Amino acid sequence: MQLARVAGTVVSTRKEQRIEGIKFLLLEKIDAATMEGKAEYVVAMDSVGAGSGEVVFYASGSSSRMTAVTEGRPSDAAIIAIVDAIDLGGDTVYRKGEA
Amino acid sequence: MIFAQVVGTVVATRRADDLPGAKYLLVEECTHRNQARGRYHVALDVVDSGVGEMVMIAQGSSCRQTEASYQKPVDALICGIVDLVDEHGRIVYRK
Repeated sequence: MQLARVAGTVVSTRKEQRIEGIKFLLLEKIDAATMEGKAEYVVAMDSVGAGSGEVVFYASGSSSRMTAVTEGRPSDAAIIAIVDAIDLGGDTVYRKGEA
Repeated sequence: MIFAQVVGTVVATRRADDLPGAKYLLVEECTHRNQARGRYHVALDVVDSGVGEMVMIAQGSSCRQTEASYQKPVDALICGIVDLVDEHGRIVYRK
């Protein structure tokens, strides 16, 4: 899974029937070493209720369809978890709610 | 599979994996000689590995072929802790 920050939302009116009612979020991938954005973006289905600015990790490919929200839908990226904290090399490099 | 070093932990309470007690680790890809490559993944750990260890990572649908990860939304799995790597008869990594 890849770490990313929720950068925004994606709205699509004309879309395949099976993805109606699905929330799409714009994610910017994060470099774990610096926790900085990598300017690489991906559109992901949201299965956990993530919000703007939150750090998440997402699954890609067929694995992204293994959630209640995405099962049987044309998904190749789905947010699997909202991250509370990341520890890297013994240091807490991210904690939700702190800058 | 690819090689990676376990470099940290990722804590997440709100998840869509339906896996109580799941342990996610931050891993950094490395060469078979344990040289870091600067590419990071969040991987599900099913072998109780720890920070500093060199592990094997299965990716994609293949990583759902374990009891713990079957039909779970997981695309990277720590499937083994590496004890030793032999390259052309020479040990290039030992735990």
